[in-house]
This record gives sequence, structure tokens and C-alpha cells, in this order.
Amino acid sequence: MSLMLEPSPEQIKTEEIYKQMGVTDEEFAMIKGILGRLPNYTETGLFSVMWSEHCSYKNSKPVLKRFPTSGPQVLQGPGEGAGIVDIGDGQAVAFKIESHNHPSAIEPYQGAATGVGGIIRDVFSMGARPIAILNSLRFGELDNDRTKYLFKEVVAGIAGYGNCIGIPTVGGEIAFDPSYAGNPLVNAMCVGLINHEDIKKGQAHGVGNTVMYVGAKTGRDGIHGATFASEELTENSDEKRPAVQVGDPFMEKLLLEACLELIQSDALVGIQDMGAAGLASSSAEMASKAGSGIEMNLDLVPQRETGMTAYEMMLSESQERMLIVVKKGREQEIKDLFHKYDLEAVAIGVVTDDKMLRLLHKGEVVANVPADALAEDAPVYHKPSSEPSYYRDFQAMEVKVPAVENYGETLTNLLKQPTIASKEWVYDQYDYMVRTSTVVAPGSDAAVVRIRGTKKALAMTTDCNARYLYLDPETGGKIAVAEAARNIVCSGGEPLAITDNLNFGNPEKPEIFWQIEKAADGISEACVALNSPVIGGNVSLYNETNGTAIYPTPVIGMVGLIKDTQHITTQSFKSAGDLIYVLGETKAEFGGSELQKMVEGSITGQAPAIDLEVEKAYQASVLEAIRAGVVESAHDLAEGGLAVAVAESLIGSNGLGAKVNIEIENATVALFSESQSRFLLSIKPENKETFEKIVPATLLGEVTDSAVLTISQGEKILVNEQVDSLEAAWRGAIPCLLK
Amino acid sequence: MKFAVIVFPGSNCDVDMFHAVKDELGEEVEYVWHDTDSLEGYDGILLPGGFSYGDYLRTGAIARFSNVMKEVIKAAEAGKPVLGVCNGFQILLEAGLLPGAMRRNESLKFICKPVELKVENNETMFSSAYDAKEVISIPIAHGEGNYYCDEQTLQELKANNQIVFTYNGTNPNGSLENIAGITNKQGNVLGMMPHPERAVDELLGGADGLKIFKSIVSQWREANVVNA
Repeated sequence: MSLMLEPSPEQIKTEEIYKQMGVTDEEFAMIKGILGRLPNYTETGLFSVMWSEHCSYKNSKPVLKRFPTSGPQVLQGPGEGAGIVDIGDGQAVAFKIESHNHPSAIEPYQGAATGVGGIIRDVFSMGARPIAILNSLRFGELDNDRTKYLFKEVVAGIAGYGNCIGIPTVGGEIAFDPSYAGNPLVNAMCVGLINHEDIKKGQAHGVGNTVMYVGAKTGRDGIHGATFASEELTENSDEKRPAVQVGDPFMEKLLLEACLELIQSDALVGIQDMGAAGLASSSAEMASKAGSGIEMNLDLVPQRETGMTAYEMMLSESQERMLIVVKKGREQEIKDLFHKYDLEAVAIGVVTDDKMLRLLHKGEVVANVPADALAEDAPVYHKPSSEPSYYRDFQAMEVKVPAVENYGETLTNLLKQPTIASKEWVYDQYDYMVRTSTVVAPGSDAAVVRIRGTKKALAMTTDCNARYLYLDPETGGKIAVAEAARNIVCSGGEPLAITDNLNFGNPEKPEIFWQIEKAADGISEACVALNSPVIGGNVSLYNETNGTAIYPTPVIGMVGLIKDTQHITTQSFKSAGDLIYVLGETKAEFGGSELQKMVEGSITGQAPAIDLEVEKAYQASVLEAIRAGVVESAHDLAEGGLAVAVAESLIGSNGLGAKVNIEIENATVALFSESQSRFLLSIKPENKETFEKIVPATLLGEVTDSAVLTISQGEKILVNEQVDSLEAAWRGAIPCLLK
Repeated sequence: MKFAVIVFPGSNCDVDMFHAVKDELGEEVEYVWHDTDSLEGYDGILLPGGFSYGDYLRTGAIARFSNVMKEVIKAAEAGKPVLGVCNGFQILLEAGLLPGAMRRNESLKFICKPVELKVENNETMFSSAYDAKEVISIPIAHGEGNYYCDEQTLQELKANNQIVFTYNGTNPNGSLENIAGITNKQGNVLGMMPHPERAVDELLGGADGLKIFKSIVSQWREANVVNA
């Protein structure tokens, strides 16, 4: 490769080589205007990755501006490695979600593994100790070998990385739908803990300070990964396999410990992960954010392959690397610190005052570009948006209740739907207990991790029902945030903030851009209503295979604060004799429901409605009751409706049963509707009066000691199922599909 | 009593071990980096779980060459209690302090969940706080916990009562004779795949593992604190 001559600036222009890197004619003209000359090959490469959607958000910026990003709890909003919110006592929580969809589609193990590795680095580059990982996954239906392979390998990749580095994978969500068959979604979220005074930023301040490279050596893996992530997948995408990086969690464990030790040193000025677009983005962004420049000698970059060009080094996405800026003269201390962990720390450049990113290689200046031009001045596109005709059709549809004959059988079948069924097969492969702070393990509404040495704990969840978003992106966006908050509240927490991962199709299509805009509006409105600002996130567009887009899937990652571990609540019923209540109104709402999908085989109609004021009031009352100590169990009513929620609360409750009576006339609506803002709660009989004063809920029935679920409507028995058989259906479904 | 938690590059249950001893057991404990030359002053040695050296080559295969292992062997020979959990057990096998070897789990998958163990021998310095044949719940989290040894070694393990813990009910990894934890012949080195340090706090789901640490302390006090 080293013998291959790079094309000259003139050739890049006349042969339109920039187009192969994803740069348009207009953008190439802009670059020429910025530089006052034609860019050389390395410079063209720098612009192409930095101006890719993945790095610049050039197509999504106008939408992202709509998000509420401030609040008294926000210490760091979007723009750094991770957002940070205050949790009192001088402590804060840092978190972010990020996608690795495209790499996972063609190399699922490494794609998923490096997705986990990347998001962990984002969190510890802020100075935070990563304490938990969550994920949100989407696959096609588990009825073909390709999807089974993707599913198994993605899970193995997440496990392989997270288990080795020793950060518990505590929760997440997985859904299956044909729209993801060619383009699975792999979103990983990391949550970290930090003291206020330790918050670090990726900024290259102080002219004359030293730029150091720490961590793994640079190879040729992942070159143009960010560009690849900004295109649609096609039948030829397998050819992009070299754009997928390879992870080394052991290396990252060492880097993590070394960096957290480094954070305590006053020699450190700034630190940033070399993530997407590697050395190019970390250097340009650190300089740009600080209003300074950086000059680097690429001969000094640790390389694991011979003959690498400047272009290759700058665009490589080799993993487990960080760029740091340290005070001049303190380099040896830093080298010694990293040496303890058998890691390299090499001075490769200096901070300058000319705002340029200047690269030297083999005695020549190989790039000289304004740092702001790379990091800040990418063009912003206001893509045309148009309401798709399918949306109007769905809105015009009459409400239709799917036909159900046998309620017990329907419940059992719903529990077998992979989106509802137990994900034990998945999370038993994750070490969810390491660091011994996981109070609520995967499988409940939200995971709960205690904060050692305090009474506090953090509740965390990822949520998104993309079917609702497909039917109605604005309503679906609201529901995604509301459901996340409901999950946090059910575990005893108060929502703090969200990070979002906007997974959509090709934004150049007006109907896709309309989905993005509407979803963002819905998310924004819910965030304001539920006092949970957006503190960071990631945009993943072009999730299409051969021209067909995924469902709009803006995954919401939310973290909440549980003030006292005594408030921690789970979904399982606790003891016989406890009273079961439902809070919230049940209407005939089946658009996008699990029942509709199962019975009718397609998704149509209107998404469930949501009133954010009602949602907010209900969440507040549930949290108040939990804090008053009168709630034994709390569970969000979600996919599959009330019947599924009751069954889930029985599974794992050690031999308990339930007798429930419904009053709604249409039993299918009562049992399986997916109306929003509903909670299933159980309480001790002696707390009835106090509970009813706080929560305007309806008494449904009681927990029994017979391990049978009986649902009746007056005299008529609708469901009478052994809990064991419901549990077997729910537990066995995914392992059975994988056989 | 003062414990050392040995930290290898890639150890990740060191923090859990440290806090189990400090917060729940209430004894003195320090982290000891793998390149240390001496373990003098420590009364008990703990090798935590994790992925030392990334499990590259073979679990525990590189860590056994760490500088500290010479000292761990010395401590074992001196009769001090040495406990290796999960990766710590794998390192003790590689170092020859315990007999046998580990294979990948039968399912070929990493498994993390609470499992039931039976206390087969409650007359060791690690298990004296348990009742004979007591059934306890302690989590496992490993990809290679499928213990194996040859027939002769197995007979010796049995003859010397070196099998301390077995899996009760379902065997999660395919280990020989459901073995979950064994000691050396002298009884002062215990290796086990389940993580007792993860089962020391009711808030996290149970405290059945704490008795292992309590057994160590009470045996040590009997031997070392005369007429206290």
C-alpha cells in the first residue's frame, strides 16, 4: 500500500476522487474556498470524514436544535464525550448512548464489541468511572439463519467486551421486526459516576502545551468508518468490512484505569477519545473547542503496521486510543503513569495559537487546515420534508379491535412473542453483577445500580416502541420518552435527563426527514413536560437496505435518581393478600400493538394517544406513593397491555397467583390494549387508605398463593392459566426460536 | 486480620473483593499490584476474578508468571489462607497450587447467574462457618469454569476431602463431578468458580458468600490470637 502513489490535488479534482469519499461537488468547492487552493489527498480525507453526517450532523443539526438541553441539574449538555447531570453531594452522573449499526450489520461481533468500547471511552474521557452499560437492539424476525447469526453474534460481542472490561451490562431492550432484517440496530449506552471537581473536557488549551497520544497503536482498521456509517447499506456493503474496527477490551481496561488515574493529575489539560474519524476528529475538535491550533508530527504516532500514510493514520479508527493535552514539561510523569499499565504515551505535537490543524510527515507539511473548518464549519442542510401518504391513510383509519376468541391462549401466545418474551438467553451471557452494585438486574422495568457509600441509587433504562413511531412519529416520540420515565418511576426513581440515539433511514428522502422532524418534536415536548432534558446522544441515519428504511427508532436512554435504596421497587408481586391496582385509563388502542402484529400480521392505524399532563401527574403520584413506602410492586403497562403486565408481575414471584376482575365491557380492550400512561401496582391491604389518597388508581384484584392467574369479567372467567405454563411459554420462546 | 487483594492487569473483581472484606467483613484489606516483590504483613491472600491479561493464550496462563506469584506460592507454602475466585481459581490452577485444569463451559457461552452450591466439606478454613451439606446461593460469571482433572487426581481430591463446593441441581458449566471449588491437600488454598464476594449484601440479593470470609477470619483468630 505504501508504494501506491496518492493522487495529486489536480487529479482529485479532475477525476472527482473526492466523490468516492462521500464529498459532494458543492462541498468540494467550499473546501477549495476555505483553503484558497485545492486540497491534497490527506486534506480531502480529513474534510470527508469530519463533514460526514456521523461527525458533523450536517443533516440533523436543524432538528437537534429543537431539543431542550438545559435545566438546573445539567452540568454538561451535548457537545462533549458525554452529558453530565448533578445528583447531589458533589456527585454527578455522566452518560451517553451511541450506535454501531452499520459495522454490526456486516461484522456483528466486532461491530457490537467496538460499539461498547467506544461508548465506554466517551464516558471515561469525561473523567467519570463507568458503572453500567445498557443497550438497545433491533433485529429482523428470528425465522432465518442470517438474523439468528446477527442476533447471536451481536450479543456475544457485547458480552465479550463488557464482561472482559468489567463493567456490568445491566439492562436494555430488544425488539424484532422485519424492517430491521437487513439493517439491525446496535445502540450501546454507558453510565458513569464522577465528582464535580473531576469533570474534564476535550479541549486543547495553552499554547506550547504538549499533545500526547495514549493507548493502542494505530493500524489500518476502520479507515473511513464514519463515512461508511453515513451511507445506505447495499448488497455490496460486505466490501466495506475493512471499515469495521477490531476491539481489544483488555487494552481498554488498562486505558480506563490509566486515564482515571490521569484525571487526578493537575498536569492534564484536556482529553478526548479517538472515536469516529480517530486522530482527525480528536485533534481538530480539541483545537476548535479551545480556539487554538494543533501541530502534530505523524512520524511519532505509534503504528502497528509499516508504511502507513498520513491519510491512513488520520482516518484510522483503531480502537482503545485517546488524545490528551498536558502541561509543557510534565510529559515524563504522564509516560510513567501509563507505563505502569504497559501502555504507550507519546508526545506527538503541540498546541499552537494559529487555529490550524497542521500535520507533518517525513519532513513535509502534509496538511494545513483551519481546525474550525473541520470541526465546526461543515455545511448544514435543511432537507426538504414531506408528510408521507401512508401517514394520512393510517390517521384516517377506524379503530379496529383485533379478533380474539380464547383469551388465555392469546395471553400465552403474546408471552411467546420475541419482543415480549424473556431475554434471559441474552442477559445470562452478560456479567451484570461485576462491581457488586447491581440491585435490580436485567428483566425489570429499569435496572438499578446503587452508589456505594451513599443511600442513593441510579435507575436506568432504554426504550423505544418504533411501531408507534412508524404510525405517528410525533406521538411515538412522546411515548418513547414517557415510557422511559415511567420505567424509572416504577423502580423508585425520579427522571434526571435523557440521551437519545436517533436511528432513521436516509434523510435525503423527504418522507424520512419528516419522520425525523416529527419524532424530534414529540421527544422535545415530552422532555419539557417530564423535566428531563437531552444531554447528549447520537444520530444514525441512512439505516436502509437496498432502499427500504427501518422504522423510525429514536432510542431513549434515561437515568433517574433514587434518593434512598429503600425506595427501590420491582415489578414482581411480593405476597399473597396484596391488593392489585391499575392506574390510568384503558381505551380501544391497538395501532402498533403486539396483539395487532400477532393477529393481523401488519402494523396499521393510529398509535395510542398520550396526554403528557396526565402522564406527568400519574408518574408524580406513583413516585410519591413509593416514597411513602406503600407500594410493594410497580410495573409499566407496555407491549401486550394489562394481561401481559399481570403475567410478568407473577413470573419470578415464587409461587404466587392473582385474581383480577375487569369491568371494561370489551374484554380484548381490557386485556390487551396498549393505552399509555398506565401502571400496575400492588400494595399491602393495611396501606389501602394511604395509597388511595395518593394514587387515583382502580382496584383490580389481589395476589393469591395458588400460582394461577385468573382474570374474570363479573361472573365470566376470561383467563385461568397456571403461572408455571405462562412462565414456560415466556421463558422458552427465544431459546426455542434459536434452535 | 489483614488481607491482600492481588491486582493483575485485567483483574476486574478486585474492587468487589476489597469492599466485601472492608465493608461487610470489617477487616483490613489492601490492593497489591502484580509486580510487587513481597506479601509480608498480609495474613490472607485473595486472587480476584476478571480477565487477567485479557484471558489471552489461556485463562490465567500469563498471570501465573507475574512477579507476585512467587510470593503467593511462598504464602501458600507458609500455610496462609489463599483464596482464588473465578479467574483467581484459574490462575491457581495454572500456577500449580491446585490440581486440574479449566475448559470452556459446555454451552460455549459465558454464563452469569446465581446458582445453588452444596457445601461438601465444612471442615476447611474456608467453610467452617457453614453447616455440613448446607445448600447456599452464590452467583457465577464465567466462560471457562468447566473443571477437569484426571481420574487419579479426582480420587485424591475425594480421599483428602478437597472438594469443598459442588453445584447443587443443574451443573451450569459441565464440570467434573459438579465441582465448583477445591482446596489443595494442605487445605489452605481454595479455588472456586462462584463469586462469594458478590454474595455479601442482602441489598444485592443475598449474603451466603460472607461465611467464606468469616470462616477464614475465625480460623485465623483461633490460630493467631492467643487468649485475646
